[in-house]
Amino acid sequence: MDALEDIVLEAEGLTPEKVKLEMLAKYPTKVARKRARQIVINKVGEAGDVPEIQANVRTTPGLIGQRGCCYAGCKGVVLGPSRDIVNITHGPIGCGFYSWLTRRNQTDADASPDGHNFMTYCFSTDMQEKEIIFGGEKKLKQAIQEAYDLLDPKPKAIGVFATCPVGLIGDDVHSVCKEMKEKLGINVFGFSCEGYKGVSQSAGHHIANNGIFTHVVGTDDTIREGKFKINLLGEYNIGGDAFELERIFEKCGLTLISTFSGNSTISGFANCHTADLNLIMCHRSINYVADMLEKKYGLPWIKINFISASATAKSLRKIAAYFGDPELTARVEAVIAEEMPAVEKARDEIYPRTQGKRVMLFVGGSRAHHYQDLFRELGMITLSAGYEFGHRDDYEGRNVLPSIQVDADSRNIQELEVHPDPEKYNPRKSPEEMERLAREGLPFNKYDGMMPEMPDDTVIIDDLSQYETDKLIELYKPDIFCAGIKEKYIVQKHGIPMKQLHSYDYGGPYAGFKGAVNFYKDIDRMVNSKIWSYMKAPWQKNPELMATYAWE
Amino acid sequence: MRKIAIYGKGGIGKSTTTQNTVAGLAEMGRKVMVVGCDPKADSTRLLLGGLAQRTVLDTLRAEGEDVELEDVRKVGFSGVLCTESGGPEPGVGCAGRGIITSINLLEQLGAYAESEKLDYAFYDVLGDVVCGGFAMPIREGKAKEIYIVVSGEMMAMYAANNISKGIVKFAEAGGVRLGGLICNSRNVDFEKDMIEAFADKLGTQMIHFVPRDNIVQRAEINRKTVIEYDPKNSQAEEYRTLAKKIENNQMFVVPKPLEIEELEKMLIEHGLAT
Repeated sequence: MDALEDIVLEAEGLTPEKVKLEMLAKYPTKVARKRARQIVINKVGEAGDVPEIQANVRTTPGLIGQRGCCYAGCKGVVLGPSRDIVNITHGPIGCGFYSWLTRRNQTDADASPDGHNFMTYCFSTDMQEKEIIFGGEKKLKQAIQEAYDLLDPKPKAIGVFATCPVGLIGDDVHSVCKEMKEKLGINVFGFSCEGYKGVSQSAGHHIANNGIFTHVVGTDDTIREGKFKINLLGEYNIGGDAFELERIFEKCGLTLISTFSGNSTISGFANCHTADLNLIMCHRSINYVADMLEKKYGLPWIKINFISASATAKSLRKIAAYFGDPELTARVEAVIAEEMPAVEKARDEIYPRTQGKRVMLFVGGSRAHHYQDLFRELGMITLSAGYEFGHRDDYEGRNVLPSIQVDADSRNIQELEVHPDPEKYNPRKSPEEMERLAREGLPFNKYDGMMPEMPDDTVIIDDLSQYETDKLIELYKPDIFCAGIKEKYIVQKHGIPMKQLHSYDYGGPYAGFKGAVNFYKDIDRMVNSKIWSYMKAPWQKNPELMATYAWE
Repeated sequence: MRKIAIYGKGGIGKSTTTQNTVAGLAEMGRKVMVVGCDPKADSTRLLLGGLAQRTVLDTLRAEGEDVELEDVRKVGFSGVLCTESGGPEPGVGCAGRGIITSINLLEQLGAYAESEKLDYAFYDVLGDVVCGGFAMPIREGKAKEIYIVVSGEMMAMYAANNISKGIVKFAEAGGVRLGGLICNSRNVDFEKDMIEAFADKLGTQMIHFVPRDNIVQRAEINRKTVIEYDPKNSQAEEYRTLAKKIENNQMFVVPKPLEIEELEKMLIEHGLAT
């Protein structure tokens, strides 16, 4: 934290230690002890080492958390944004209905020659009591058949997603899918992503990765034209982010083979092993596929970040360094030089109004990290941040992977064993080349996590609860709070603007160069309008009821 | 109306004992309904003279919402009303949920209404209490009395003890009570003494000791209760006695289930180990 901010906070009597104690004070001893391991005061050592944080563990019952379920992670996050897979929810209607287009994943249907875009549809088996008692496999078969019959031209693939009751009654979605795959002659695959699995939606990401890798990846060996072929992993085209990135890639002369899974198609997944480099955006949701692609096909992966103009420029330079082609390097530099003036002009104009404003981010498994760059460009200070479903490696970096204790909740999620493909395995770079590139500043399979990039004394909180949200706002009085829809109205009731970083509210794109400008403008508008602070609830002026807590 | 649920280990003879006892009550002029709570739907076979029953769940599946009481209820021996919940074939779906749905539907259709003038409703429930669905008959005050069919075999007593735990759980909320153990003899050594001692430990009674007799098998193969098949037989008299004892029973308790060590110790004391 810069010196000025230290002084301001100190003057208010707020040390991070005090903030932590305040948050824990009301908890019962056992809960406080657990939360104390999940609320950490950042301190970056000489070697970039950071304190250990407990993450990816069960939320304490009674605490209102932010997390979603396994089904949401599998269907909603990873598979949802693909436009030409018919995604059928096997379960009662609510699961399908409430995961229908709620993430604002956009797609360019015109880019598919067959015109397939099923994202606007909601397919569900609408399980009823009858299916719960007698089993739902028959109805699932009918639903698959019906979707196939209704659509013309015929879909290339159908995915089936299991909800909680399916797991309880033991419907075998995989055998149904296998049978229907043979019958229809198209790819039909299932996911055992029952909502209750795992501790958060993170389990669903892993299951989605496994499924797509098993059933789709590597099924189309067509070599597409292009000199520099990449896959973009963990980019979900919220508010059109992927469109902006595609624009930049094209301008740079990069060929995007597939995106997992913003603006994506099944043919991209099937063909992705023919690319030469994997770029990982959201490490948490997709690193499994990247690891498996490397083991089976020899594609290396690097961590990149396209949120903020400076991060975009840095990431583009990393890609150019990987391919090591002078022409590409020159073109990337030309693109950066061409794009940056507009970004800087917008920033310079807004900066005086946003400088010094305080931010908190509690979102996702990577967004709480990535968006700090954008706020930094606006001169804003991140006081506190944390993930909703991140693991320790997303906080502390992948170097802690060997020391992460795998608990029963994680063991419950299948870990695929992957070996080099006897025919298709082709290491894109020799070990010597990889080593040289790493020495020159292009490390492979490396993610340092959020904490090493954050200043000392910031408060890092995993799996933030609603009580802690209230407390943080009360103590730190941030100028803007970033989280998801469930937190939105709680924050606004405090009189503070709230930015959704899952769905971007109604905004976006925020990625790349043009996205950065959009973000500057939106944040400027939010932190400099006092609209929420004008709002007073009736009881804030006139208490209608007086009460004390039971323990007081 | 008295609502009675019969529990016990699988294969112990719950359905046979229930139907024979019900036949005894019917002979006495009582109006009885039997609700089979087993997906196999074989709880009323002897009263109906075969498995002619369309189950509640099958009917619900076929007819949708438009189900009449007559569709799912048949009249059997001596005017006994018979219904079977039914359920999925083995290995699919959720039989427990089926029991819940079925009992709720019977209630909605008025099977228990005053106008039916029932003296007794009997629930014959599959095996041990395996999940929430099979506890349905003792939840929310549906059945008020439980009888556990047991024998001197260790696993049967073990199951009876587990069922008692289930009763304790629902006794407070639903008011269900244990009416006694029915010993369906397997000719185990010291069987009567042991079940009496076991009942005593549970805080209940052995309401009747039903001796083993092959006439029961002969009646079964003829799809009849012993009372119908051979009314003069001494075994028929045993079931009539049991029926009378249930009719006159005054002892309804919240059982005190045993710790497993305690149960094993009791078995050793009664010479099962030698």
